[in-house]
Amino acid sequence: MQVDFSNNYFELFELPVQYVVSQDHLDTRFRSLQRYLHPDKFASASDAERRWSMQAASFVNEAYQALSKPLSRASYLLSLHGISLDEETDTQMSPMFLMEQMELREALGDAPDAADPYAALDKISAQLNNGRRDSESAFTSAANNADWTEARTVVRQWQFLEKLNSEVQAQEARLDDAL
Amino acid sequence: MALLQISEPGQSQAPHQRRLAVGIDLGTTNSLVASVISGSASVLKDANDQWSIPSVVHYSDKHASVIGNAAQEKAADDPFNTIRSAKRLMGKGADDVRESWLAEHYQFNYDGGSIPAFKTAAGEKTAIDVSAAILSELRLTAEQTLGGDLVGAVITVPAYFDDAQRQATKDAAALSGIHVLRLLNEPTAAAVAYGLDSGTDGVVAIYDLGGGTFDISLLKMQRGVFEVLATAGNTALGGDDFDNAVADWIQAQAGVSQLPDQGARRQLLRLARSVKETLSSAMLAPYELKLNADITFKGELSVQQFNDIIEPMFKKTLAPCRQVIRDAGIAKTDVQAVVMVGGSTRVPLVRERVSQFFDQTVLTDIDPDQVVAIGAAIQADVLAGNKPDSELLLLDVIPLSLGLETMGGLVEKIIPRNTTIPIARAQEFTTYKDGQTAMALHVVQGERELVSDCRSLANFELRDIPARTAGACRIQVLFQVDADGLLMVSALEKESGVLASIDVKPSYGLSDGEIEQMLKASIEHASEDVRKRALAEQKVEGSRVIEAIGSALAADGDQHLTADERSDVDALIENLKQSLEQDSSDAIKQAIEKLEAGSSAFVERRMNASVKQLMAGQELEELERSLVSADDLSDS
Repeated sequence: MQVDFSNNYFELFELPVQYVVSQDHLDTRFRSLQRYLHPDKFASASDAERRWSMQAASFVNEAYQALSKPLSRASYLLSLHGISLDEETDTQMSPMFLMEQMELREALGDAPDAADPYAALDKISAQLNNGRRDSESAFTSAANNADWTEARTVVRQWQFLEKLNSEVQAQEARLDDAL
Repeated sequence: MALLQISEPGQSQAPHQRRLAVGIDLGTTNSLVASVISGSASVLKDANDQWSIPSVVHYSDKHASVIGNAAQEKAADDPFNTIRSAKRLMGKGADDVRESWLAEHYQFNYDGGSIPAFKTAAGEKTAIDVSAAILSELRLTAEQTLGGDLVGAVITVPAYFDDAQRQATKDAAALSGIHVLRLLNEPTAAAVAYGLDSGTDGVVAIYDLGGGTFDISLLKMQRGVFEVLATAGNTALGGDDFDNAVADWIQAQAGVSQLPDQGARRQLLRLARSVKETLSSAMLAPYELKLNADITFKGELSVQQFNDIIEPMFKKTLAPCRQVIRDAGIAKTDVQAVVMVGGSTRVPLVRERVSQFFDQTVLTDIDPDQVVAIGAAIQADVLAGNKPDSELLLLDVIPLSLGLETMGGLVEKIIPRNTTIPIARAQEFTTYKDGQTAMALHVVQGERELVSDCRSLANFELRDIPARTAGACRIQVLFQVDADGLLMVSALEKESGVLASIDVKPSYGLSDGEIEQMLKASIEHASEDVRKRALAEQKVEGSRVIEAIGSALAADGDQHLTADERSDVDALIENLKQSLEQDSSDAIKQAIEKLEAGSSAFVERRMNASVKQLMAGQELEELERSLVSADDLSDS
């Protein structure tokens, strides 16, 4: 059974198709949608309705996640404009950016041996957070100017930062485990 | 696999009749059943006036198995046939069992099937069989106390349970004849119990240290919505480990290097347990146990010594605490309350150190042993449709990432941990050889990068792929995780639109075929009653389907169906009504299936119409009227 949902997550959440969204509005709309669609509301219904509810609730969850996280929201906006991120042939990145990334990675590699490993990781996190904030504002202005080539470049760099950030967290977890 | 639906034999639900539903805390050490009676949830006492039974089953070749306290009493005399802590083996494979301390205490057949079985006097029993026996006992308690058959139960599982462990729990319920309304995470259940009492909004931590498992969960509570922000834990850590450590200490103090038998170990464990319990309220616990002519354990254990013994185990609970805070992206100071769950949180050291960690006094208002069952009962009452106006909605997450094995034994994550469920993710694959018609997928669960470090869930084999040149077929595989956290996989070849068929081989569980056999075996054991019951249940199900579709047709049947379509559906309803007059449960089942298939277009159309209204921002109240929900069913 196909659920006839619109493909546009923004419409589902009654939001204009743009990067800046109100998290409060997202949260409220998410809850009211789930209040009607969630499988718990169909626990005693027919199999067909239960299946439908599971698919509908899955779709709403997927949409909510895509819109709630800054990077995934930006990527989703790109995809709405027909721009794909994962073309493997396209490996061009600014040398400046790559240099910075290499330095951050080296710092991450050295962190466990630092006198205060947590402080070393915090420092990297702070730099990454700055980078993410910069990415957000760069993306917003590129999107506002409908410069999707630039927007795509920003998102690709942003992905690097998120990936590195998850590695910082993994490193932190390893430190915790060793306590 | 169809679940047995338990209902009043031969009758359909009368309007406004209360549907009996229970919450079950199926614990490693103890199990409880609770229900909402006259508006408040309470734990149900069994015939012996006990509100919890030990999760212990004793098997014998002479008489029927006994469960709970009666089984516990056999532990010392007949250790191999007295199975406890079976929950630890739910959804586990032979290697897990060999590594577990249970391997030293019991005799196993590791090679009989996909999951290991305890060798008992009554034959080989899997952890699923043992759990089913415990669930049957709880169902009996509930049905005797509540005076009727149950429509279903909410059964709690540790938040950290993986897919195989959840599936095993659901299989055990099916074997015991319990319809599962929902598998609910234990910490979420605890929050439900507390949330309704206190009504706070904000982030709450649930620290659950039970007999055999540890869980820590962060929940965001807002206007009746409980959202699990993050969850972590350890499936092999709990009060049993405290007991074992204290027992080892007592044994070492007495200079006894070898115990005569397993029965002696059990006696020693019971002593250790009582010492531990004494230390919850005293500074010093003297003990004495005369095992035989040669061995006597006598001495005393101070709180300080006890704390030193359990400290290393307690510390293992703090890493998951830090992890959930990190995963949820909050600060420790954002946590507004800390709820203590599980008998092991009675240990003063645990309360003190957790208070210290979160920098606030932990909550212990509700009995930590009962709080999970009480929360489950509240949720069961809502799911059974007894509370049409309830605001309660639980949004849960998947505890461990789901991934696929790729080239070189690496894992590609499909659904990361802490994703809100239900959730579906599609992944596209292509053939790599000319004429390839089959493809194998290996699904694993866990956070590590190597397949060998994750838990194998199942091997899926896609068949009937159209034979084409390499790369010409695009196969979309859909991974759907339902609200119970269970994974289903389906596949579609996109060019031809052909559904590829899937063979599932669970790594540590029962295939549908095995479960059917077990169900059949259990039915053959029972008498004619079972067949009658099956018929009665099928009749109830038939009436329910007629009611559900009938009320939907009455509401807006003509709006969504042409006259021809309408008369087709009406004919199928009539067909089902006629089958209800006969005494064949198979015939009723077939008529139900035909009606559900024949009305699926109608259901789909009105559902989609509802969503369109919803998306157009129409008044929610109107939508409520147009959707057939559980509430409408019980009122119509």
